[in-house]
Amino acid sequence: MEMAAQPSDTLATLKTESETLKTKLEEERAKLHDVELHQVAEKTEALGQFIMKTRRTLKGHGNKVLCLDWCKDKRRIVSSSQDGKVIVWDAFTTNKEHAVTMPCTWVMACAYAPSGCAVACGGLDNKCSVYPLSLDKNENLAAKKKSVAMHTNYLSACCFTNSDMQILTSSGDGTCALWDVESGQMLQSFHGHAADVLCLDLAPSETGNTFVSGGCDKKSCVWDMRTGQCVQSFETHESDINSVRYYPSGDAFASGSDDATCRLYDLRADREVAIYSKESIIFGASSVDFSLSGRLLFGGYNDYTINVWDVLKGTRVSILFGHENRVSTLRISPDGTAFCSGSWDHTLRVWA
Amino acid sequence: MSSNSASLVSLQKSVKQLRKEAGFRRIKVSQAAEDLKKFCLDNAQKDPLLMGVPSSDNPFRPPKSCALL
Repeated sequence: MEMAAQPSDTLATLKTESETLKTKLEEERAKLHDVELHQVAEKTEALGQFIMKTRRTLKGHGNKVLCLDWCKDKRRIVSSSQDGKVIVWDAFTTNKEHAVTMPCTWVMACAYAPSGCAVACGGLDNKCSVYPLSLDKNENLAAKKKSVAMHTNYLSACCFTNSDMQILTSSGDGTCALWDVESGQMLQSFHGHAADVLCLDLAPSETGNTFVSGGCDKKSCVWDMRTGQCVQSFETHESDINSVRYYPSGDAFASGSDDATCRLYDLRADREVAIYSKESIIFGASSVDFSLSGRLLFGGYNDYTINVWDVLKGTRVSILFGHENRVSTLRISPDGTAFCSGSWDHTLRVWA
Repeated sequence: MSSNSASLVSLQKSVKQLRKEAGFRRIKVSQAAEDLKKFCLDNAQKDPLLMGVPSSDNPFRPPKSCALL
């Protein structure tokens, strides 16, 4: 679609309007910035000591673990690795239930279908493929593989929407897209990032049809899934955004970045409302997730640790050691009783 | 497309997006923060990782049993 240039739309006038609008946006946001989140939480009771330990170690990948996702049954986990393998684990017993070898290395994204009957994955192959999980352990899963999404660069993240029928993807090609699993058709595409999109998260179902994405352009964007429009964007991080996750109420989201901070953005205030950082934390945060009530934010970092933050007070309440290389992925279990972390040390750990 | 018209189109898109974002109805941080805090406190009791759950209720806490058959 050609946008007819108006006589007044010269580069210079547009640049001026762009600057004016950006300044106005900052002013409007600043006017409503009457207090800090941690001030509102001053009188809230402080959290006590946390004792969280590794309760299970899942060993079996031959190289860096890049992504993981829980099944809704709260016990199965799918993980993907640089070695090209996607493994489905029973986290209670640590048994491997399924294993698929992808035709590419660096499988950066994987997701469990809501029904628990399929998994989606992709990476350097620029695709997102769905594998139905067979009850027959001897069946070759690769035979039933269905190619769903096609991007023009690596797949960085994928997730099913509320059913097994649609998948949302993000890519190194700078776009996100919504796909119909059955036909492989692209239902909607999302353009607006100026560089690789590294992560995405779907809003909790009660909140409606939106999702958030984060990228190498240091921006996080909230999208309307029906129209493809970016409804809000935030640019306060100082480096790549590796992970985004909605606050359980759907009114906010957290992001983790290579700038060694995690930040909280409130969608109704339309601004950043908290930064989780310490002078001693100098390595990037690769993955973030909230506990069920939203009070705790778990961050996996490139310095091999997991930092646990009090979301309201902005303080760190715990630091967890155990992994022997970067923590690359981290997710809370569906019932909030545990969380699982994946690492470049080839293992996954379940903590509770 | 000459690089000049490409920049023009890109800038037009950017200005259009900024105009949209300028019209967004925002609430005060104090209100937003109160709501975030309320959600945390209302749901605290149901948060196992926050409250700590007795071993008997957490499937991961008891050591996995070695079934010696």
